[in-house]
Amino acid sequence: MAIFEVKNLCKNFGGLTAVNQLNLKVDEGEIRGVIGPNGAGKTTLFNIICGVYKPTTGKILYQGKEISGLKSNQIAKKGVVRTFQRTALFHQFTVLDNVLVASHLQYKGGLFSTIFGTNQSLDMEQEKKAMEIIEFLGLSDLKDELAGNLPHGHQRALGIAVALASKPKLIMLDEPVTGMDPTETHHITDLIKKIRDEWGMTILLVEHDMKVVMSICDKITVLSFGEKLAEGSPNQILENSEVIEAYLGGEDVVALLGGEEVVA
Amino acid sequence: MSVLPFFVREYYVEILIIFLINLILAVSYRLIATTGDWTLCHIVVMGVGAYASALMAKHFGWPFWMTMPLAGVTAGLIGFAIVYPMLRTVGFGFFIASLAIGEFVRLCWVKFHTPFGGPRGMINIDEVGKLGSIDFYDAIPYYFMTLVITMGCLFIMYRIDISRIGKAFKSIYQDDILAESIGINVARYRSFAFVIGSFFAGIAGALLAHRLGAIDPHIFILDEMVYLLVWVVVGGSATFRGPIIGVVVMTLLFEWTRPMLEWRPLLFGVILIGFLIFMPGGLESLIPKFKSLFGNRKGAQAKAEKLTESEKSIV
Repeated sequence: MAIFEVKNLCKNFGGLTAVNQLNLKVDEGEIRGVIGPNGAGKTTLFNIICGVYKPTTGKILYQGKEISGLKSNQIAKKGVVRTFQRTALFHQFTVLDNVLVASHLQYKGGLFSTIFGTNQSLDMEQEKKAMEIIEFLGLSDLKDELAGNLPHGHQRALGIAVALASKPKLIMLDEPVTGMDPTETHHITDLIKKIRDEWGMTILLVEHDMKVVMSICDKITVLSFGEKLAEGSPNQILENSEVIEAYLGGEDVVALLGGEEVVA
Repeated sequence: MSVLPFFVREYYVEILIIFLINLILAVSYRLIATTGDWTLCHIVVMGVGAYASALMAKHFGWPFWMTMPLAGVTAGLIGFAIVYPMLRTVGFGFFIASLAIGEFVRLCWVKFHTPFGGPRGMINIDEVGKLGSIDFYDAIPYYFMTLVITMGCLFIMYRIDISRIGKAFKSIYQDDILAESIGINVARYRSFAFVIGSFFAGIAGALLAHRLGAIDPHIFILDEMVYLLVWVVVGGSATFRGPIIGVVVMTLLFEWTRPMLEWRPLLFGVILIGFLIFMPGGLESLIPKFKSLFGNRKGAQAKAEKLTESEKSIV
């Protein structure tokens, strides 16, 4: 069953068409890759889904209900949360506070108990849940460190933790492994799989690292100039001549991928 | 603070009362500023509280115990009316818009003789009255009443600051797009901060009005707002103690410079600019520096080691 659907989506910026007649269906529990050359409209698509931009025409359905036109925080409340291409964190907060702030949607305390801290058990529970997420991302040693002082790899991981803390059902990752070394990349790739397998979330992934995309995605959508070029399993995409032409860069693609077994 | 008034002249007790009122004002100002919204109408909002309390006492004959919280509520409501149209602006736009709206409210007091009394304001505002044998007209009882109210206000604002709500305020200041994306209703929290800050400014206004016994629009002019800004900038706005340090230091400086009255605005202007350039974190930013200078060096070292270690065993 499709948890998430994009129907005939168009977005124009003045004369520029960033997204054109896009249709997309994502099933529950799927890891969907969205790839395409720079300027293909991937991030624009994310911004539209999250309510940063309003679509020019078209609809976005989540669990069968239209979410286009809602504000970012309302969409997050419904269970669709994103990470950012830039390293978006609350830099002056500790790691723990970053996750606590993000889990605020789950907080069920009243105004009085929130201000005067009369409901200690609720606060403890909240902190325990936050620690679970921090542990999940392997940051528990650094929980009292300021987010701004963390090395880049940890900051990216914390960015995912912040998104996870708001307990989404659909999480959109915008280039999660940008600027990471192979070990870090491997770690994050494993995490993304775990998020789906253990937490049961549906994942929409924009990434330029083809190895990552090919190894974890169930299905891949290729965008080019705002239009859908192709869609299919990683193998189908690799064999699609149009895609290779437009994006993967000619026949060298297999060499580019290092001849490794790329499909998990 | 609790024995001080018995050892000083009455003049200084009056200064202490104003000092306490200023504390509420500066801390409530910082509460709004934690969301990243610096306003220029906080003094006017305090004036709303002062006028509200004075009007209720004069026209309805209500006691201070009723008018003070109601003054806070009035200031909070007016605060909401002020902030609602300003939510579309951020940063400098918000700063200037608040100046314009504040001045609009202040001119209402000047232009409307009924009920505000026009430029000459309101006089003979009812005294707080007596509680048993204690007459709050005297400086020392009034001081203690103000002290208790101030401590109460500061306690509530401190609790808000360290609560989940305070964290949401600060998250908006740091990255409003991220905050919105994880489900924080930025507009709602910004207006909530403004309303809460206005409420406490209104309380401060009521305390001021009933101490002075007379208020006029000139008390709430932009110059006073600039002094408030100087307190918060000098003290720093990153932590709760910042504006408190600012008010203490600047009140002392204010009293010491009393002999050179005409030089004071110049001096304070220089201080404001100096702090903005050389110490943008305010005096409070010195505290962690002193701590790391004289504090436990081993602790800091261990912390640094821990960080590099986990860097090695990456993620």
